[in-house]
Amino acid sequence: MLCADNATKPRFYDKEENEVKKKTFKGGVHPLSHIYHGKSLSEHKAAKVLEPPKEIVIPLSRIIGKEAKPLVKRGDLVKKGQLIGEADGFISANVHATVSGKVLKVENRPHPTGIKRLAIVIENDFKEEVAETVVPKDIHAMSKEEIVQAVKDAGIVGMGGATFPTHVKLMPPKDVNIDYIILNGAECEPYLTADHRLMLEHPQDVIEGLKVIMKMFDVKAGKIGIESNKQDAIDLLESFIEVGDKVEIVPLAPKYPQGAEKQLIHVLTGRRVPAGGLPMEIGVIVLNVGTVAAIYKSITTGMPLIERILTVTGSCIKEPHNLIVRFGTTFQQCIDSCGGLLDETAKVISGGPMMGIAQPNTDAAVIAGTSGILALNKEETTVHDIGNCIRCARCVDACPIGLVPLQISAASDAGRFDEAKKYNAMDCVECGACTFICPARRRLMQSIRLAKNAIRKANK
Amino acid sequence: MSTKLFVSSSPHVFAKQNTHNIMLDVIIALLPACGVGIYFFGAKAALIIALTTFSAVACEWIILKAFNRPGSIKDLSAAVTGLLLGMNLSVGVPWWVAVLGSVFAIAIVKQAFGGLGHNFVNPALAGRAFLVACWPVAMTTWIQPGTVDVVTSATPLAIVKAGEPIANSMLMNMAIGNTSGCIGEASAIALLAGGLYLIAKKIIRWRIPATYIITVFALSFLLGDFNLTSSFAHVLGGGLIIGAFYMATDYTTSPVTPRGQLIMGIGCGIMTVLIRQYSNSAEGVSFSILLMNVCVPLIDRFTRPKVFGEVKRNA
Repeated sequence: MLCADNATKPRFYDKEENEVKKKTFKGGVHPLSHIYHGKSLSEHKAAKVLEPPKEIVIPLSRIIGKEAKPLVKRGDLVKKGQLIGEADGFISANVHATVSGKVLKVENRPHPTGIKRLAIVIENDFKEEVAETVVPKDIHAMSKEEIVQAVKDAGIVGMGGATFPTHVKLMPPKDVNIDYIILNGAECEPYLTADHRLMLEHPQDVIEGLKVIMKMFDVKAGKIGIESNKQDAIDLLESFIEVGDKVEIVPLAPKYPQGAEKQLIHVLTGRRVPAGGLPMEIGVIVLNVGTVAAIYKSITTGMPLIERILTVTGSCIKEPHNLIVRFGTTFQQCIDSCGGLLDETAKVISGGPMMGIAQPNTDAAVIAGTSGILALNKEETTVHDIGNCIRCARCVDACPIGLVPLQISAASDAGRFDEAKKYNAMDCVECGACTFICPARRRLMQSIRLAKNAIRKANK
Repeated sequence: MSTKLFVSSSPHVFAKQNTHNIMLDVIIALLPACGVGIYFFGAKAALIIALTTFSAVACEWIILKAFNRPGSIKDLSAAVTGLLLGMNLSVGVPWWVAVLGSVFAIAIVKQAFGGLGHNFVNPALAGRAFLVACWPVAMTTWIQPGTVDVVTSATPLAIVKAGEPIANSMLMNMAIGNTSGCIGEASAIALLAGGLYLIAKKIIRWRIPATYIITVFALSFLLGDFNLTSSFAHVLGGGLIIGAFYMATDYTTSPVTPRGQLIMGIGCGIMTVLIRQYSNSAEGVSFSILLMNVCVPLIDRFTRPKVFGEVKRNA
């Protein structure tokens, strides 16, 4: 239910926006704070370019959204930036060739979600020939609709990890007033430093991109939330802001999951996204800093989204580093350029240690949402024996959404999914804070996910 | 790739604190009070505590093995129960009474209901209640410290109940543990130190101890003709400190929600003062905690935290 009339304050505005003093949210955990969240392994290393390999594997699907329709077939010649997969439906995004070369196959290949999915395999001819459709544009002369179309054409998706098609986010219904554009520079996951490096190395793209989007919606203000452990990024970005830009950088307490959308919006604006609702319902659009920088860069250069900064890190990577990687490079190639894996590697994770996806092998292709490749040893990630729930309620304290994970999990384990639904299982954002903190090592996240899936199936 | 990779659901890292080291911290927090108790009551006190702890652990080990249950004594939960029970006994009890108390606490209250995390009341307190019911004389024979079962005397709270005045020196003795009473209950300072240690280590939360103690103080002040000294006596005596910090805060039998914890603390406080004031018993801590324990599922149900963004949608 959308809030059409902003004059009457709905229940979920609990503070005057200008008076938000709290810089943190209720709940949350501090994973790996004893080793500085693992960020010291890579946060001071400037991102280095990883040259694209001989074989590039471009999956037609990312994480969220329907698979794109392939536009090329075996034997076709493609150029860098050429559209090779077309968005299929509303929640879907375009896919482009990230190198020039020849299409070898269109077949199922390992995907970071752990299964094989349809992908276009290109043989790189190393000529880096750019497609004719790659034409720089003057972003400041474009209308709102033209920008949204350009974002859609460029295949821009949420680069925080969920890969939601960005052009859909930029198309709220006509009767909705957007008051704030929020940029998510929190990067609350331990180990990951990709967004941090992006803010340090491309601050102008971030700020200019934000200003463009703010103009599109005639907003009250733009806010960039950055965890206070990235003071250098905060300072640098602030130096690019002029008085009158209506842009504010807000330092946030380093706590997980500070970057979770609902928590971020609440801390920055005082507004709460209604349960089951979207940020646009309360007049807010949230974008990852990487996504905004990509919007600005792709429109001004004409080159669609073909690469990103990611962090290859963890105790089992020989030389952790931040890389600039073209989509279609495999995880193994990224790892190799960082010295390779140590023998005691037990898990390779796409993303961060709290919400990332464990990989069965290192053959998956990097996609737009791959923010990091993490290699951990057995001791750090060992699957402990499950103990009895002692009802210590650490999970209740940790949950940023105010759920009682021990109840949901107990109901789910007993197969009572209706009961789990009553306990608001569907409001879980799957941040994993509860499971991280559980002293009995219970698989809370797993049970809750199972319940959510069962509830979704039952709702169909 | 020669290394085999593990695949499991996120999250992939875990906090260091586990059940075992939580229980170990509780034991550490109880050691000062144990030490004081042994100092004032002698070697027999050490024997009683050792007996209750050992028999609790042994009983759990036997049951886990005999019924082939998951879990292990390594999580130290049985040790904590045994230790707490021992600290709640008078030094004058026969050794076999101590052992039976542990067996009842572990076998009946805990294991018969499903083991760790499934006891419906605090096992140590239930064990003590069982012993008081079966051997009331032995359980209420209080020994003067340093005399070794020759001179019995009334506990400070019994003195309060009898309406006799309390000297400040008695309050001081109650604080350091030089009064007759249970082995580990007597020294408020040692127990408080342990309690604050547990709060600092985030093992227990401030809500239950704070509301319990404040409620007892305030209510006994109001009902006790606004007498400050007797209110302090109520706080320092009768096992309130050990009850508030170590018994009422037992995870399994206390509410999981923040508001629920406040309700439990206040409820325990009210019950304790009412039992002390209007019944023949001079001590109400154990019964009030047991009574609140059984209310916990109800409290949990009515105090569920507000879900983020919970909106009552109209039409």
